[in-house]
Amino acid sequence: MPTFLTAYRWELRKLVSQKRTYLGLGAAAVVPIIFVAALSLQHGSPNDVAFGRYVRESGLAIPLVLLLFASVWLFPLVTALVAGDIVASEDHNGTLKTILTRSLDRGQIFAGKLLAALTYSALALLVMGVVAIAAGTLVSGFHGLISLSGTRVAAPHALALVAASFAVYLIPIAAVACIGMFLSAITRNSAAAVVGTLMTALLMQLVGILPGLGVLQPYLLTTQFSAWQGFFQVPTDWAPIGRAAWVCALYAVPAVTGAYLIFLRRDVDGG
Amino acid sequence: MTDAAAAGRPVEARGLVKRYGQVVAVDGVDLTVEVGDVYGYLGPNGAGKTTSLRILLGLIRPSAGSARLFGRDPLLDGRRALDGVAGFVEAPRFYPYLSGRKNLEMLAAFDGGDACSRIGAVLDLVDLADRAGDRVGGYSHGMKQRLGLAAALLRRPRLLILDEPNTGLDPAGMRDMKVLVRRLSAEGMTVLLSSHQMADVEELCNRVAIIDHGRILYEGGVAELKRTLGGGWLVRSSNPPRAAVLAGEFALAGVELDGDDLRFTGEQDEVERFAAALVQADVGLRALVPQEATLEQVFFRLTEPDRAAHAPPAATVTRAQPVR
Repeated sequence: MPTFLTAYRWELRKLVSQKRTYLGLGAAAVVPIIFVAALSLQHGSPNDVAFGRYVRESGLAIPLVLLLFASVWLFPLVTALVAGDIVASEDHNGTLKTILTRSLDRGQIFAGKLLAALTYSALALLVMGVVAIAAGTLVSGFHGLISLSGTRVAAPHALALVAASFAVYLIPIAAVACIGMFLSAITRNSAAAVVGTLMTALLMQLVGILPGLGVLQPYLLTTQFSAWQGFFQVPTDWAPIGRAAWVCALYAVPAVTGAYLIFLRRDVDGG
Repeated sequence: MTDAAAAGRPVEARGLVKRYGQVVAVDGVDLTVEVGDVYGYLGPNGAGKTTSLRILLGLIRPSAGSARLFGRDPLLDGRRALDGVAGFVEAPRFYPYLSGRKNLEMLAAFDGGDACSRIGAVLDLVDLADRAGDRVGGYSHGMKQRLGLAAALLRRPRLLILDEPNTGLDPAGMRDMKVLVRRLSAEGMTVLLSSHQMADVEELCNRVAIIDHGRILYEGGVAELKRTLGGGWLVRSSNPPRAAVLAGEFALAGVELDGDDLRFTGEQDEVERFAAALVQADVGLRALVPQEATLEQVFFRLTEPDRAAHAPPAATVTRAQPVR
């Protein structure tokens, strides 16, 4: 009996067969390489961001600096590339009618798509992390870090904290993916959904820097991209991580519920 | 018809309505397809055929009315309503970046059961085995049409719904499609077929529904339709213009002078009185021949009464006892 896992498996296979999939993964792999190459060719460090001053002392600082840079547009875009497309492309290809007249419920197909979009974002993040650690280690060595509290963190422990940081970074990414799916379901247009998702993220960043709107800062989705820094406080500051979880849920749950209801009830009258 | 038997009907739609804002695409459609039917669904473009087929398949929610497939409502029963049902509406669509075989593998996985083991057989059946490894993006329209049929047959349906299956097919493809439909019907499959190929529908279908402007104009047997709506008469005489003028004095419809041939429709008694009047008027009656209408002619009389004849065959439509 087919289940949502059947839909999930085939969504992944479809992603593997599409060129745009490799666009996002390629960007996630290339950005750390470009960053490290630029570091090798120039003097100085990005001292104005957390861990920026340590990029020449430890390769483990590089993935952390990239997490901050990537939150501006790279990961919202990479996430939107698939999440914004995963329903709308079915409209574009006219294939919804093909898959909705088989033995899977609409809800199962939706669940498969959501899982596939999240998997893709997680994979892109993993690719960036692995490449950044490898390239960083190659250039700056596998050394410990200085935590944000000023204490020394040994290299193996720092590596574990980097991994945990990437895991927490997935929380706002998942929320962005849910917004992408919502826009994908409601606009039925890939370009509109991808651009709309990216614009949503950029708009929140703009709100975050506007004078007088500082009170909103903790509740903006984009702020949650920095939640991982709690791991580099001594002792660990769980507050930003906990806040990221519920703030992101405030964005993700309505978005994914809306997308689900639209997908469940919509007329498939095209294609 | 008992309730149990009614529950088992392949298609039972009652009062289907679909509105898009001010536009009523489907306006109170009733359809009944019995087991074993090859049922033709006819109508001009935009008449509401595809919309009603989409409602049957659960792709569109009706604004009013209900549709049941083997007694199950797609809105209430979800995927279970499509048990034993397969087909396609408008052009079949597939993932262009996957091969034909991969597309079928995915759909077979979505169907479950032993559908996957039938992929080779259905590809052979639609003559696509040689191109099954190619990406669908490179397929011609006709090949996609055949792949659509293969995808439907994967489900081993008891009811096959085909919307314009001949679209994009070359003459050989159309012939093969016709042979296949006939064969599937002989094997016991019920087929609901929407088509513009009137000759094929006439040849394949035992029952038809004709829809226009969202309303069913006729539903019933093909032979009955032609008997009640079709037909007409041809008169050849020594003075065709005079005969045409005389014809206007009788209750004859669709009077048309085509060269020396005078054509019209009418009840046999009235035609006999007209023939007698011709003789009394010294018009030599050379031939009075009953004409059998084709399904196409009947279709146009129903859907384009003003264009089918100079005089609208209102009386004829009344005799056809249209559904609504």
